[in-house]
Amino acid sequence: MTDGVAIVGIGMHRFGRTKGVSGRAQAVHAAREALRDAGLAFSDMQFGFGGSHSAGDADTLVSELGLTGLPFINVANGCATGGSALISADAAIRSGQHDLGIVIGFDKHPRGAFNVDPAEHGIGSWYGETGMMVTTQFFGMKIQRYLHDHDISPDVLAVIAEKSFRNGSLNPNAWRRDTLTAAEIAAATMISHPLTQYMYCSPGEGAVALVLCRADQARRYSEEPVFLRGAAFRSRRYGSFEVYAPWIAAERAESPTVQASQAAFEAAGIAPSEVDIAQIQDTESGAELMHMAETGLCEHGEQEHLIRAGDNEIEGRLPINTDGGCIANGEPVGASGLRQIYENALQLRGDAGAHQVSTRPHVGFTHVYGAPGISACTVLTR
Amino acid sequence: MRLVDDALVTDTPDGPALLGSRCSACAACTFPRQAGCPRCTGASMMDTPLARHGSLWTFTIQGFRPKDPYTGPEEFEPFGVGYVELPGQLLVATRLTEPDPEALEIGMPMHLELVPFRTADDGEPVHTFAFAPDREVRA
Repeated sequence: MTDGVAIVGIGMHRFGRTKGVSGRAQAVHAAREALRDAGLAFSDMQFGFGGSHSAGDADTLVSELGLTGLPFINVANGCATGGSALISADAAIRSGQHDLGIVIGFDKHPRGAFNVDPAEHGIGSWYGETGMMVTTQFFGMKIQRYLHDHDISPDVLAVIAEKSFRNGSLNPNAWRRDTLTAAEIAAATMISHPLTQYMYCSPGEGAVALVLCRADQARRYSEEPVFLRGAAFRSRRYGSFEVYAPWIAAERAESPTVQASQAAFEAAGIAPSEVDIAQIQDTESGAELMHMAETGLCEHGEQEHLIRAGDNEIEGRLPINTDGGCIANGEPVGASGLRQIYENALQLRGDAGAHQVSTRPHVGFTHVYGAPGISACTVLTR
Repeated sequence: MRLVDDALVTDTPDGPALLGSRCSACAACTFPRQAGCPRCTGASMMDTPLARHGSLWTFTIQGFRPKDPYTGPEEFEPFGVGYVELPGQLLVATRLTEPDPEALEIGMPMHLELVPFRTADDGEPVHTFAFAPDREVRA
């Protein structure tokens, strides 16, 4: 057993659409950047975990990175693929099995993905045929109920997306670099009432890689290691309200986000109130609002006041989605969770450039959520 | 009447009802039918007709034509989608007959209907289930 795990190398291929460059090539680019950042070669890697939803098997990247014989395990957990790969790496190092390895997440989704087969989720074909196998509906229905329960004005949804585009405009790796006003966002095409087109993220492309090692060896590879203090993954409980659900129980239970964030904070020995910067799942702007409270970063119903007061801006009290989040970066499923870690690592190192939080943060938090009701969270420190 | 899936609906003395399962050990209900109980993890589920009346728990409007595997008409009209709470049983995901968000309200009473959602190659309409607001109750 070892005391902890550190991130000593980070690499990214910019998100968006990169014509003529395969998802695998973007993954190789990110891996080489992460290795260069740590001053290491692929031959130094003792293990790999990685995944993509629709751009190929991560373990085949070794044909380009090097046929060194390392154990490279594919991870497939939908939107939590990156988070699951990271948690697997964390366990591999924490257990003492390995000292040093790499995690890679990548994807390349065509415009307008995803066409999901209900059978893959154990649901009858009727659910897809009748137009209910649609993720955007879930988010519309979840925020509709949430706004009702907590007496929050739907107007705040456009304000959240406005921040995402503003932060994206400061981030050279973001897909969406143009700002939009809340009025423009609110007036855009209605996708799933009360959510408009610009409140949703889009399927996209991109890749992220991280080099991780035993915490006690971190300074060998990095002057600014970032420590992975807690990482947890949870699936849905009976009674939670999740995407792709033909029915839900009459009794309510907390979402997997609540369970995963509590477990990650507990493992880290750090309270949500100590978080300096957070990257949380914003599949659409209502998700950011709900997840702020589900992760424990604020109370339910408190969000509207915090958002309107500017508390979640880059220079606010608790900056959220400082790189523009999914809304400005898109969601290449395999890479999305690792993008959040990449952004927090940049911020903790003080390397985020135009979107750097000026009071360099100490504690970073990340959260992903996805089908069929899964969440992965991490707590990072410097 | 042709249904998108015959296993979804059963006849009752009061009219057609959705067909679910009920756990004989813990009384948890599911829709559609399934063999395992997601609540107590047992495997003694019995068929049960679900309530034909409930209340709207949440809703949205499907604003664009869903992609494949959607089989509705090419010419798209937005439709309502929501969860309707069937008392003592469960919340069922359902199409709504009402496509105007201003005409929908959380908590409003709803009832089950079978509605056509596409036309089969032989020209016959194919039906699915939907919930409709109880207009007479509101008026």
